[in-house]
Amino acid sequence: MPGQAAELVFDEATKRYPGREGAAVDHLSLTVAAGEICVLVGPSGGGKTTALRLVNRLIELSDGDIRIDGKSVKEQNLVQLRRGIGYVIQQVGLFPHMTIEANIGTVPRLYGRPRPWIKTRSAELLDLVGLDPSYAKRYPAQLSGGERQRVGLARALAGNPPIMLMDEPFGAIDPIVRTRLQDAFLQLQREVRKTVVFVTHDIDEAIKIGDRIAIIRTGGKLAQYDTPRTVLEKPADDFVAEFVGPDRALKALSLHTLAELKLGPPADGPRGALTMTVRDALALLLQQHATVLAVVDDKGTVIGSITREELLA
Amino acid sequence: MNVAAGPVIPNFGSGSSCEVNNGWFCTDWVRQHWGDTLQPALFQHIELAAIAIGIGFAIAFLLALVGFRFRLIDPPIGIVSDFLYTIPSLALFQILVPFTGISLLTVEIALVSYTLLILYRNMIEGLRAVPADVIDAARGSGFTRFQTFTRVELPLALPAILTGLRVATVSTISIATIAPFVIAKGLGQPIYAALSEDVFKTEIFMAGGMVIALALIADGIIVVVQRSLTPWVRA
Repeated sequence: MPGQAAELVFDEATKRYPGREGAAVDHLSLTVAAGEICVLVGPSGGGKTTALRLVNRLIELSDGDIRIDGKSVKEQNLVQLRRGIGYVIQQVGLFPHMTIEANIGTVPRLYGRPRPWIKTRSAELLDLVGLDPSYAKRYPAQLSGGERQRVGLARALAGNPPIMLMDEPFGAIDPIVRTRLQDAFLQLQREVRKTVVFVTHDIDEAIKIGDRIAIIRTGGKLAQYDTPRTVLEKPADDFVAEFVGPDRALKALSLHTLAELKLGPPADGPRGALTMTVRDALALLLQQHATVLAVVDDKGTVIGSITREELLA
Repeated sequence: MNVAAGPVIPNFGSGSSCEVNNGWFCTDWVRQHWGDTLQPALFQHIELAAIAIGIGFAIAFLLALVGFRFRLIDPPIGIVSDFLYTIPSLALFQILVPFTGISLLTVEIALVSYTLLILYRNMIEGLRAVPADVIDAARGSGFTRFQTFTRVELPLALPAILTGLRVATVSTISIATIAPFVIAKGLGQPIYAALSEDVFKTEIFMAGGMVIALALIADGIIVVVQRSLTPWVRA
């Protein structure tokens, strides 16, 4: 079975459909470093999902190439290629007639792994995605939407693929559960370190999840590919600026934590931890009608302070 | 038409008072003729129906494979099986006898052609009803086309397929009572014997009741099989 993360390169990747004007994906070139999350974000129908599906060849390239660790996807056996790529979709697509354990064991079973091995692996993965081991014998219909997507994630990870493709995985889930799943996924990613291509139309999700964000404009053209910070602070053009929204300055504040700032001497005021984002710190001050925030370390000791003006600077 | 001759009924002179007086239902007649009439007719009936359902299922399955794989082929198959279903059975016998004679084959061709519509339609609908996201996940996970069919599409179509099998089984058991128009087999025989005599009704009630019981039992067996094969449906 495949192993650690791989580098993924889109090299002028292009998809055209016969009889349709313009390309769905137009000369897309970008490199996702091994172990990084690349978020493809952009307006609906803009070609993000098409670009994603070019990687596991659910859609075939018309032109250009996509390489995994230097090896073109076009030269690989279709079935072997897909078994080596984790695939998570919005509608989850769990197999309704299989137990959760069997669903998670899908790819190992295709690899011919023995039954006890699969059982153990399923249990590990259930744990990894934060589900109780008792879920193993249930059927998908007995789970909530959020739980199903956790299983979808576990199934995609079961073959230990170096690359994960995630197509709006949290798009159909209510906001509260979505936030929880995003956090769980980021936590998970710190452990498994896969190369991830993640499609969403939600810029906030992109900022939160992505190591890098690729903003795709309608017609499958790459508008900007950079870190969330750069995209927010230096949008490449008007399209990107408009897409990230008029509140991009505020959004950018959520990328910084208090630990990155120069603190004043300890003072009285509402308390915020070093790990708090600047955006949350400002929100707290506004809500408490305060001007100074007392910054505390992880033991709760006040180690400094920061004013509203300094936060905004 | 060759309507099979049963034992001479009513048994004037030597029968019980119920038989002599043409009572509605004579249990002593049933007891007397279980061995020589009813039991053989039951076994023949099961055989008639089982052959028809088995062959019908096999043909419908092959047709469904083709109709599912090649969508363009589906409408013509559907129209032909619709058409077969609409031909009255007696007319179908008339048409077939010159070719296949007074034979089991004639009866089975008719019975099989009535199962096709129900079985084929349910198979196709069942296969088509598999959600697109499930197929997408299967392909994306690296199932071959064959594996997608055998491990995902077919099991998920199973509830619909077995529902079709239930309907086809019950209707075939019922329709098989017309077999005596061609050959002397099945529970249709005692019914015909009674119809032609017009007075003694025990045979009709008994044989008719056995047809109903057989259909219910067969239906029950398929339900049990269906439940054990598709545990996720009730999950």
